[in-house]
Amino acid sequence: MEFLSIGKDVIRKDAWEKVTGRATYSADVSSPGILHGVLVTSTCAHGKIKSIDYVEASNMPGVKAVLTGDYYPILTGSVLEDHPPLAAGKVRYYGEPVAIVVARSEAEASAAATRIKVYYEKLPTVDSPSAAIKPDSPLVHEHLDQYKKAIPEVYPEANSNIVHLVKIRKGDMNQGWMDSDITVEGTYSLPYADHIAMETRSARAEILPDEQIVIHTSSQSPFAVRKLISQNFGVDLGKVVVHVPLVGGGYGGKAAVQLEYLAVMASQAVGGQPVMITNTREQDMAGSPSKLALEAIVKLGAKKNGTLTAGEYTFIVGTGAYADSGPRMTNSMAMSCTGPYKLDNVWCDAYCVYTNHTYATSFRGFGHTSCTFAVERTMDKLAALLNIDPLELRRKNAITPGETTPTQVVLTPSNLGDVPACLDKLKMLINWDEGVCIDMGNSRIRAKGVACLWKTSNSPTDAFASAVVTFNSDGSANLQVGAVEIGPSTRTTLAQILAERLRLDIDRIHIDMEVNTRTSPHDWKTVASMSTFLVGRAVEEAANDAIRQILSLAAMAIRCSPEDLALDSGRVYVKDNPNFYVDYATIVHGFKYPNGNTVGSQVIGRGTYVMPHLSPMDRETGKGKPGPYLTPGAQAVEIELNTADYTYRILKAATVLDAGKVLNPKSARGLVMGAMGMGLGLGSRESFIYDQQQELQNTSLRTYKVLRIGEQPEYLVNWVETPNAIGPYGARGLAEHGIIGIHAALVNALSRAAGVELDQVPVIPELIWEKIEESKP
Amino acid sequence: MIPFDFEYYLPGSVEHAIQQFQNLDQQGKNPMYYGGGTEIISMARMANISTGAVIDIKDIPQCKVLEFQEDHLVIGAGVTLTQIHESNLYPLLAQAGARVADHTIQNKITLGGNLCGTIIYREAVLPLLLADSEVVLAGPVGCKTLPINQIFKERMQLNKGEFIVQVRTLQSFLSCPYVHVKRTKEDKIHYPLLTICAIQVGNQVRTAFSGVCDFPFRSQEMESELNNSSLTVEQRVDNAITITPGLIPSNLEGSAGYRKFILRNLLISILYTLEA
Amino acid sequence: MEQMLGEGLIELKVNGENRKALVRPADTLLYALRERLGLTGAKPGCENGDCGACTVLVDGWPIKSCLILAVEAVGHEVTTIEGLNNAPIQKAFVEKFAFQCGYCTPGFIMNCQGLINIHPDASDQVMHDWLQSNICRCTSYQEIGEAIKSVLHSSEA
Repeated sequence: MEFLSIGKDVIRKDAWEKVTGRATYSADVSSPGILHGVLVTSTCAHGKIKSIDYVEASNMPGVKAVLTGDYYPILTGSVLEDHPPLAAGKVRYYGEPVAIVVARSEAEASAAATRIKVYYEKLPTVDSPSAAIKPDSPLVHEHLDQYKKAIPEVYPEANSNIVHLVKIRKGDMNQGWMDSDITVEGTYSLPYADHIAMETRSARAEILPDEQIVIHTSSQSPFAVRKLISQNFGVDLGKVVVHVPLVGGGYGGKAAVQLEYLAVMASQAVGGQPVMITNTREQDMAGSPSKLALEAIVKLGAKKNGTLTAGEYTFIVGTGAYADSGPRMTNSMAMSCTGPYKLDNVWCDAYCVYTNHTYATSFRGFGHTSCTFAVERTMDKLAALLNIDPLELRRKNAITPGETTPTQVVLTPSNLGDVPACLDKLKMLINWDEGVCIDMGNSRIRAKGVACLWKTSNSPTDAFASAVVTFNSDGSANLQVGAVEIGPSTRTTLAQILAERLRLDIDRIHIDMEVNTRTSPHDWKTVASMSTFLVGRAVEEAANDAIRQILSLAAMAIRCSPEDLALDSGRVYVKDNPNFYVDYATIVHGFKYPNGNTVGSQVIGRGTYVMPHLSPMDRETGKGKPGPYLTPGAQAVEIELNTADYTYRILKAATVLDAGKVLNPKSARGLVMGAMGMGLGLGSRESFIYDQQQELQNTSLRTYKVLRIGEQPEYLVNWVETPNAIGPYGARGLAEHGIIGIHAALVNALSRAAGVELDQVPVIPELIWEKIEESKP
Repeated sequence: MIPFDFEYYLPGSVEHAIQQFQNLDQQGKNPMYYGGGTEIISMARMANISTGAVIDIKDIPQCKVLEFQEDHLVIGAGVTLTQIHESNLYPLLAQAGARVADHTIQNKITLGGNLCGTIIYREAVLPLLLADSEVVLAGPVGCKTLPINQIFKERMQLNKGEFIVQVRTLQSFLSCPYVHVKRTKEDKIHYPLLTICAIQVGNQVRTAFSGVCDFPFRSQEMESELNNSSLTVEQRVDNAITITPGLIPSNLEGSAGYRKFILRNLLISILYTLEA
Repeated sequence: MEQMLGEGLIELKVNGENRKALVRPADTLLYALRERLGLTGAKPGCENGDCGACTVLVDGWPIKSCLILAVEAVGHEVTTIEGLNNAPIQKAFVEKFAFQCGYCTPGFIMNCQGLINIHPDASDQVMHDWLQSNICRCTSYQEIGEAIKSVLHSSEA
């Protein structure tokens, strides 16, 4: 049967509300009854709080409460409980919330906030990930060993800044080095940076007289918010209700729980009245979690013909002042450390460390974006040493079914996809054979760079999602799921899956954009490019459940066996005579016989799906199965460098992903292009800049620069479709993969054009100039 | 959200504006003249400035002028950078203004506001310095017209209570051959790493800079080096960049060394362009 | 309004209607639109003029509503995204998939609409100059470029 919805450029369900301004986000609700909370944040990166003077602020007009760290001292964290939502005793990063002013209006709260004086005694700072592991480093957390673990698989080291260490031990490294004819090593560094979702984080909380806590928030993980609020405030899980309307961009940054704690505390302080806290852009950048930093050393051994024999990876992951999901991302980098290459001998030590910077949380790519840079830059260095074409070197070592991952998962076409096919398509797409470095004359050099990528999720082994389908008497269906619409058209894609299963026109599938943890079926989190897979499978199950009911009702109506019936276009028909049918409308609220007797009532389908066969990584070897399947891909960038002043233009950026099955081509293309754009921003300009005291210097979009229209290259996207046997219609996740290898490809191209090794990002013209100056004799 | 209150005044005449300023000042309200307001609003939000009253000059007829009066182009202080750009009456000023902040903000930033801003770049002043423009000032002691090269020293040297009403530029300068270059750290919409405006008057090149020092400037000393026809272009430029009127800064936009490198390249290319 | 000394009612002409709003002189137009008139299409993204999410038209020109005081808009015509009715640019954004999370979309559309009205034959260069005032973090901008180009140069605008 031909696809109705799958593989079609279905227009998003939220399209018209989004182009008319009707779309509602968290902070779009105002009511005179809502109080406003304004945060006071730290101006010191590491210091003891000597005192906080808020007497004047408390007496300002409209002020209802001022809260500081001792108001409700708790330690929170989804991996390690190390984080007081309001700084207590000391501050550990510039921008850390130290007080909340609650007032009748935002103006009054803001005015009072400017009157609060916080006195600090400055402490020595931990300035970088590598500085954090030096034996004499100051400690960001003095009592690391006393923190409670939220999950068992986190291994903090007492009296150090090391939150977590994960190891990969596969094969025999001695053998690997012995088998090699050549080795190459590179050292890389990638700075802290930010998600820059256009909607800053906003949370509103209210505590009802019966102790129910009602939260409205811009979150990627409403069910995690519910659980953590319940745990930390000692309220039954069912008494916490979390509402999430449309979210204005997440990219991982809104998976962390932060403002929600503060809003609940603020509400507590004013007798449960509703309090809204919305970050300013400056607070969102400096105060709420950001993108991790990485310092990496990669050493590869290879034979003369290019075959890799050994890979040694040291990752020092900066998670900033608090762990949040840093340890999970560290696992994620370790488990994918080799990139999609066949390597029998693998050694990786990945440290997750504290520094005195804005703490990190998940960021598009979940660590892969950073480690891939180190791996792919090293691959280019190896290619240069061996004098092998860089794309050919990758093609030669591309991993294939039958091999194993660094965590020793055996690969199949289904769980791996086709890496060589991605490279082959990419080669055509970027016109690789025209030459990778061309002197155009007039101080212009054009160069191309390539990188490979792969990624699976690194989710809890019991991560699951559910879906419910209800039918309307007109034969249309309503879909309820817990996945948040943060932008990638997730809920429309899920509606497409349901439409396809039910053989209904997509216009006959209704789905709201809001999640309500009390009425929406459970979903782990809207992260890891897993929603189409995880929730999609639950939707398929729910559809199957509904179809069984529909067939059974139709069988009574048509008086035949359900086995003789089939579905299409909103009808159930007899297989051997499609003209003999009943409309869904006739049966989905029960079938009424001519005499009035009715059988059945509303059709309600339910489905649920849990990630299959996952297991945690072994502490000593990393062995385990962290994700359900991989999405691999290959990327390339073409640049033109002006050698007179080292400015450059990004001409083309290309991505080929093994998508399994592309469910909505235009949406999928848009996601991959958008992810590439973000990666090119990180590669070319984005980073947090800290001064000597580790105070953040670029806290606004005036000084933290992202790509703008007209600066984007021509984007080229193509697909390989190796079915994922467990994915809906064979699909693999793809929402973040476009970012993973792109800055590696960019910097490979720039290094080639400039003739110097650029081993850090962002590559701004001045950096190229500096490296060229350094390289001069 | 601006965390404090201020009063808003919209006077309809120069005299009224001056009078309101004096009254408000006497009341201790630390009044500020307000043009496009973009800088005042953003700095007030961060509590980096405080004022008890703003006096919006955009409704004063003389501040809205954009026209030729005899042999002068007269631009009111309340005219926006976009209006200047769209009219294109002074192409160099049009271009320089079109690279301040971004296009939508140019719809709000006024000429007077950019000249008097606290942000160190004030790129709209460069074409005016080159064209020996005159500034019409109003203040408690009346109106006066002064050469911009006299009143602009690192920044506008205004006395308390004074504001710019208009800027007057001789028509003959408007069509001089010119070059405008702006370089940033990496992104088009950004403070300048450096901005250079140059015009050729007769056989003399005039240059004005933003980003080279912590203030915009035009330097007679640098110009005489740049016009020293006994030397090669490269020698002239090398001489000129050793005598900048202040230290070349290192800041978030770039280091002094890189600025110097770019400055040298650009000046060489500008001289070749204008002399060709 | 010749002067405004403290919180009070101002009259704004928004989307063709005269509306009264209670504001402080220090309140921005963005605040007045969202919190006083319930027009939440204009989005706060930075309140510093850097992102363009709050762009509205004032007398037909795009203005960042976070960088204009509400009182400054008195006597001027304000158009917000809510004032567009099936404009070709809205349809183009839908058809070209020119948004994902949608948060920057109203600001982008209003800037586009201003350009379409004022320079219906804008070149790519002019289009970029204008739209570089807005930031989108989800799309690649290619889609937004396609959307506006499908409306510019067409008689439909």
